[in-house]
Amino acid sequence: MRVKRILQSKDEQEKNAPVDLSLMDHLLEKYKNKKGNLIPILQGTQNIYGYLPHTAFAKISEVTGLKLNEMYGVATFYTQFRLNPVGKNIVKVCHGTACHVQNASAISEAIEDTLGIKDGETTPDGLFTLESVACLGCCSLAPVMMIGDNTFGKLTGSSAVKILKEIKIKESN
Amino acid sequence: MKKTKVLIGLASCGIAAGAMKVYDKLKALQDAEKLDIVLKRTGCIGMCFREPLVEVIDDSGSYLYGDVNEEKAVEIFDKHLKQNEPVKDYIVKCDLFKTKDDIFWDGQIKIALRNCGVIDPENIDEYEEMGGYQAIKKILGEKISSEEVIQTVLDSGIRGRGGGGFPTGLKWRFAHNNKADTKYIICNADEGDPGAFMDRSLLEGDPHAVIEGLIIGAYAIGAKEGVIYCRAEYPLAIKRLNIALDQARKKGYLGKNILGAKDFNFDLYVKEGAGAFVCGEETALMASIEGERGMPRKRPPFPAESGLWAKPTNINNVETFANIPYIITNGAASYSKHGTEKSKGTKVFALTGKISHGGLVEVPMGISIRDIIFKLGGGIIGGKKFKAVQLGGPSGGCIPEYLADTIVDYDSVTATGAIMGSGGMVVMDETTCMVDMARFFLDFTCKESCGKCTFCRVGTKRMLEILTRITKGEGKEGDIQKLEELAYQIKETSLCGLGQTAPNPVLTTIKYFRHEYEAHIIDKKCPAKSCKQLLTYSVDPEKCTGCTVCAKNCPSNAIDGERKKVHFIRQDACIKCGACFTKCKFDAIIVS
Ligand SMILES: Cc1cc2nc3c(=O)[nH]c(=O)nc-3n(C[C@H](O)[C@H](O)[C@H](O)COP(=O)(O)O)c2cc1C
Ligand code: FES
Repeated sequence: MRVKRILQSKDEQEKNAPVDLSLMDHLLEKYKNKKGNLIPILQGTQNIYGYLPHTAFAKISEVTGLKLNEMYGVATFYTQFRLNPVGKNIVKVCHGTACHVQNASAISEAIEDTLGIKDGETTPDGLFTLESVACLGCCSLAPVMMIGDNTFGKLTGSSAVKILKEIKIKESN
Repeated sequence: MKKTKVLIGLASCGIAAGAMKVYDKLKALQDAEKLDIVLKRTGCIGMCFREPLVEVIDDSGSYLYGDVNEEKAVEIFDKHLKQNEPVKDYIVKCDLFKTKDDIFWDGQIKIALRNCGVIDPENIDEYEEMGGYQAIKKILGEKISSEEVIQTVLDSGIRGRGGGGFPTGLKWRFAHNNKADTKYIICNADEGDPGAFMDRSLLEGDPHAVIEGLIIGAYAIGAKEGVIYCRAEYPLAIKRLNIALDQARKKGYLGKNILGAKDFNFDLYVKEGAGAFVCGEETALMASIEGERGMPRKRPPFPAESGLWAKPTNINNVETFANIPYIITNGAASYSKHGTEKSKGTKVFALTGKISHGGLVEVPMGISIRDIIFKLGGGIIGGKKFKAVQLGGPSGGCIPEYLADTIVDYDSVTATGAIMGSGGMVVMDETTCMVDMARFFLDFTCKESCGKCTFCRVGTKRMLEILTRITKGEGKEGDIQKLEELAYQIKETSLCGLGQTAPNPVLTTIKYFRHEYEAHIIDKKCPAKSCKQLLTYSVDPEKCTGCTVCAKNCPSNAIDGERKKVHFIRQDACIKCGACFTKCKFDAIIVS
């Protein structure tokens, strides 16, 4: 079982960078009275903010009547949901069986070295978040990583780093 | 003369290999030269090891080009498409002559994958041209009763392709016989087994086949509403499913009074998963659709009695549904003629790992594992020695080389201690450490355990700790017995398939590779030279040129030596990171 912790400093964080909750109105309107709406609402919220802001939970609860404890229960259960802000590019390195056999750990290590962050962390410039995932479904191209909607296959440590550097150059222009 | 057709394999794997660039290049060339050809996308052709793939079909036949990049695309365009001279060097399959890759296709029978890599998955007309939606038209047109449909499915002998292998016809009959005002039908597209991509390829390559299978299932059991539960990691599959659903609705295959039938109403929607392996388990999946934590519950009651929203529900796997239209159109015998006595038909496998021809194959049940790996799969990469194959992912087990003549059918595979599973086949060679493999799977199941059953939650963690210790060279005598003890306890006391099968990778590796465990624990050696902590690095004095690269890159300053003189690694300071080994240009670092 994975354990996700809710950061205590959360309120502080969001005070500094306030979250525009009105962006959720449309989403909440759409799902308000549907049964089984909890997961789609959280997914929609994450699509808007990139993560699930602390204040968004309260607003969802207010509008839909869903209980906070149920929402946190679901948000901490599924790997998809993030409780912390993420970088602009989410680098998902596959650690599925096929990629593991083809030495996926070398890819993660090379990226960790280059970006100076560990699995689950975000670079200080907010450009990259590193995540390891299980199987992206391109196993025959193992080892594989995914950045945004783009999948890269047959990687080596250095080719993975090269892809990151190219993104960095693009972003700084 | 028919227009020349050019098909480009644009499934996720093709796109990852660069097929989109090839497509764009060919499109630009076609536009620039105003060449009168049909350029279109298709799904996974199966030959993932030759991706990107481009197929040219002209009057003389079909030519499949492999490993295409932008330059090769230009050449194919100039020579083949403009001057009608196929570029033989790049062809990996052709009707007119043999190629060295033909071995990949010999022995394959495509039923579930019948349209994958043939049609444009985003175009319903192409599916219809290939005989699509004929099965549901036949049922409604000839007024075939739901009992008869179920009997046909039963006669075909098809068993669930999601791993359990339960006869599909029987499952449908249970759901049919339970009377209720509302019933549901669900397609399980959660495909959580890491190392498997059959369902993704099907959804991306032929979504209508799965949808038609669901419509037939709904008719058979009397469901009005259906759900396709697809994992969020498959964005392209979700996109293509939604396109297909819209098209099917417009053509009257979904919605009210389907194809004019008075009392047949059925509609479907796609539900995105949120990343939890356990949600592949049917009761957890339903809890997830209901918006809760995906935790399995006790069965009985089975879903056929009380499933989604406590209504009778039928759930099947993607591949199971994809076979159904074929069975209805061509009759039960056309399917049951393939396979063995108790496992009928064909099965799709995803070949991955240390195999030369990684890709997607569909073979009749009864073929031996050896034939799949060494004939279709082309053997092991780099001619290394084949060690074992993992079937059934984290719930399955490793089958060693000496049992490779085992045939693929549910009972034979189960007899080895592995399971047939959903079709992932991960091939391992002599450089794969079996203890590390077991550790890898336990790490996976430990993280994915939902936490409901104590032994599954805590027991897998204890097993993982022991395995991690062993791979670090800190194994103790009695560890193997302790692992076995825990394994049986977890199997006995877990509610769902996750816990009941989680110890399988450990048990099968202990059964077949006990000596590797012992080498780790007693001799502190990793025979596959894969567990870093158990390796010793030393310098080969013959090969060392004294270039100092290793010493500069050593993070713990464990390497001494002067420029142009043989270097030396101090074992007490070495942290076994392997940096010297990867950096040395002269192969002078010996690993033992
Ligand atoms: C932990 C666990 C994970 C599972 N994952 C999947 C899956 O990813 N896809 C699937 O089709 N079935 C999966 N199953 C099997 C389903 O529970 C169910 O048996 C299956 O969807 C039934 O379809 P079938 O009869 O067509 O095989 C899983 C079972 C367990 C216990
Ligand atoms: S194991 Fe990495 S893509 Fe499947």
